Amino acid sequence: MTDSASKPPAVDPWRRLRSATPARIGLGRCGPGLPTRALLEFQLAHARARDAVHEAFDPGRIVAGLNDRQTRVVSSCAPDRQTYLQRPDLGRRLKEADAGLLTPRDYEVAFVVADGLSSPAVHAHAVPMLRATFDRIGDWRVAPIVIACQARVALGDAIGALLGVELVAVLIGERPGLSAPDSLGVYVTWNPRPGRQDSERNCISNIRPATGLTCELAASRLAWLMNAARRQRLTGVSLKDSSSLPALQE
Amino acid sequence: MYATTLAGTRHAFPDLKSVLAAATPLRSGDVLAGVSASSMEQRVAARYVLADLPLTTFLSEAVVPYETDEITRLIIDTHDAAAFARVAHLTVGGFREWLLTAEADGQALAELSSGLLPEMVAAVSKLMRNQDLIAVARKRQVVSAFRNTIGLPGRLAVRIQPNHPTDNPTGIAASILDGLMNGCGDAVIGINPASDSVETQILLLRLIDDLREHYAIPTQSCVLAHITNTIAAIERQAPVDLVFQSIAGTQAANRSFGIDLAILREGRDAALSLARHTVGTNVMYFETGQGSALSAGAHHGVDQQTLETRAYAVARAFQPLLVNSVVGFIGPEYLYDGKQIARAALEDHFCGKLLGLPMGVDVCYTNHAEADQDDMDSILTLLGVAGVNFVMGVPGADDVMLNYQSTSYHDALYVRDVLELHPAPEFEDWLMKLGILDAAGRLRDPLLASDASERLLSYRGAAR
Repeated sequence: MTDSASKPPAVDPWRRLRSATPARIGLGRCGPGLPTRALLEFQLAHARARDAVHEAFDPGRIVAGLNDRQTRVVSSCAPDRQTYLQRPDLGRRLKEADAGLLTPRDYEVAFVVADGLSSPAVHAHAVPMLRATFDRIGDWRVAPIVIACQARVALGDAIGALLGVELVAVLIGERPGLSAPDSLGVYVTWNPRPGRQDSERNCISNIRPATGLTCELAASRLAWLMNAARRQRLTGVSLKDSSSLPALQE
Repeated sequence: MYATTLAGTRHAFPDLKSVLAAATPLRSGDVLAGVSASSMEQRVAARYVLADLPLTTFLSEAVVPYETDEITRLIIDTHDAAAFARVAHLTVGGFREWLLTAEADGQALAELSSGLLPEMVAAVSKLMRNQDLIAVARKRQVVSAFRNTIGLPGRLAVRIQPNHPTDNPTGIAASILDGLMNGCGDAVIGINPASDSVETQILLLRLIDDLREHYAIPTQSCVLAHITNTIAAIERQAPVDLVFQSIAGTQAANRSFGIDLAILREGRDAALSLARHTVGTNVMYFETGQGSALSAGAHHGVDQQTLETRAYAVARAFQPLLVNSVVGFIGPEYLYDGKQIARAALEDHFCGKLLGLPMGVDVCYTNHAEADQDDMDSILTLLGVAGVNFVMGVPGADDVMLNYQSTSYHDALYVRDVLELHPAPEFEDWLMKLGILDAAGRLRDPLLASDASERLLSYRGAAR
C-alpha cells in the first residue's frame, strides 16, 4: 500500500460529492484495478454480510431479554442453514412437533421473532423493538412471544392461525447488504392463515438505529399500522401507510 | 411419452417439458420447483432423449398451452418457416454439431434467428458445455443503436448504474460522473429509482438529460420504472430515451409484473413518437432472469432456463436496444452458487444471441448466495470472451439501493483491458475529445486526466 498511485491526491476532489451518497465513488485506480485499501474495505464489508447470514441464531438471548413475558421457541421445517437458503417453502412451514406449543386463547395479536437472513439484526434489535412496541399498543391482548428458527416471513401465517389471533407481526432479519449487515424488518398481516400473499402484508424495513430507522420510530409506525388494520380489518396494498412518520431520520 | 434405455435401465419422461427439465444442468430453482432430474444418470438419460429429438418436435408440442398463453401464441404465430428450413432436418444433437461448424458463421446464424423457437434454443443449450456456449455465441454479433452503436466486434459497452437509497440527485450525479471518468456509460445511464412515483422519475430523467446535453455525451438515459409509469412520464413531456420493463416467459408471470404484450407495444410506440434517437431506432430496454416465473407461481412445470429463453421471444418482438439478464440477483433458491450463476450467465447470453437479441449480463450475486468477487471475475471474463454486448458499472460493485453486488467501473476497465475491447465508437470519440482516453484509446492515468476530472467534477447541474 505504499504505491504512490494508491494514495489519494492532496486535495480530494471527491470530498464534496462523497457526502451525498453512500456509494463507493472516487476510489482511485492502479492501472484499471482497485487500490489495495478499497479492495480490502469491500472484502471486509462482504465478510461481515456473509457472517451475518450464517451466524447461528440464539433464541435463548431473546427469551432472556423478554424474561417478564411468556415465550415459545419453535422451528420451521428447514433443518439447517443450507436447506433454509435453498428451500424457501420449508422455511414457511412450521415443524409439526411444534404446533402443540401454540394454543389459542382470547389473544388479538401475536409477535413472532424470526431469524430470517440476519441473526445479528435479531439479536441486536428485536428486544428493544418489542419493548418500544409494547409501550405504544395499549389495550391489545398479546399472545406469548414466539421465537422462530430458520424462519421466513410466511411462517407467521401458520403461527398466527394456530394462536387464533386477528393480526401477526413478524420481526425478521433482512437480507444483509454490504453497508447494513444487521437490518431488521417487520411484516404485519391481518387475519393470518397459510396461503396469504405478500401483497396482503405491510412492511416496515431498515430498522437499524445506527443508519436506518430507530426502534422508537419503527414502533410508532407499527402501532399505527396495527390500529389502522384493526379499524379497516385488513392489511396490504389497500392499507396505505399515512402515519406521516418519516421512513428515515433526516 | 419419451424414453431411452441406458445399459438395461429404462428412463421415461411423460412429456417434452419433463425431458427439457431433467436435461438441465443442476440448479436450485428447478429442485425447488420439483422438476429437476432425480439422479445424475437420469439427467444424462434426458440428454440422450433430447439429442435424438427432431427440431420439428418443438413446432408440434408446446411446453405452455397455446390456448391460454399469449407468449406461446406469439412464438408460434411469428415463426419464420423459410428461415427454419436450413436446419429443419436436424435433431437437437445434430443442431449442436452444426452450430459448432464453420458453416454456421455469423451470417448463417443471423439468417437463422427468426426461424428458431426459444424452446429449440433452450434445448440445444442443455446439450452444450460452457465452451460450446461461448464458441457459438461469439460468432453471433447483434448490433443495436439509439444515440450510439452497441454490439460491434471488438467493443464492450457499460451501463452506468448510479443508484441511491433515497434517489438523492447530487448523490446520483456523483456516481454518474465517476462512471464517465472511468470510460463507462455507453450502454445507458440507467437509474433504478427507490421511489415508485412518476414525479421522482421525471426529476431523475431531467437530471441525466441536463448532464448529457451539457457535455454532449453520445449515449442514452433510462429510469427503470414500471412501463405504465414511463408512459405517464412521456405523456407529461419528460425526456424519455428508453422504455424499460422486466419481462418473463409466460403470460401469467408477465401479469404478475403488471404487463402484457399490448402494454409493451404501447410503450414502444410512445418512445418512438418522441423521436429522440439519432443513430438507430432501438428504444426498449428489457431485463430478465431465470427463476422469475417460478417466483411468481407461473412456471407451468417448465424448467427456469427454458422459461427464461421464452422471455427472449417477448423481447425480440420489440427490437430492443438492450436485453439484460440479471443473472445472480434472484438469490440462492434459484441459482445456488458461483458455478450455477456462471452456467446460467453463459446460457442466457448464448440463447439470447442465437434468437437475435443484443444481450448484456448483470454479473451479480447477493450476500446469501455462495459466491464472491472471484466468481464474478471468472463470469465476467467468460462473457467477455463470448462477446457480451454490455455489462453493468456500479461504483465499487456495491449497489447501495438494491443491496447486491454487480460489476464495477473497475471491473469493466479490467475486461476491456485484458480482451482489448473498446467502448461504442461514438462514445469512444467523445471520451477522447474530453481527454479521458488518450489518442491510442487508453484510459489516462487518473492524475493526468485531471483536466477532464475538473471539468466533470465542477458540474453543478445536480444542485439546481
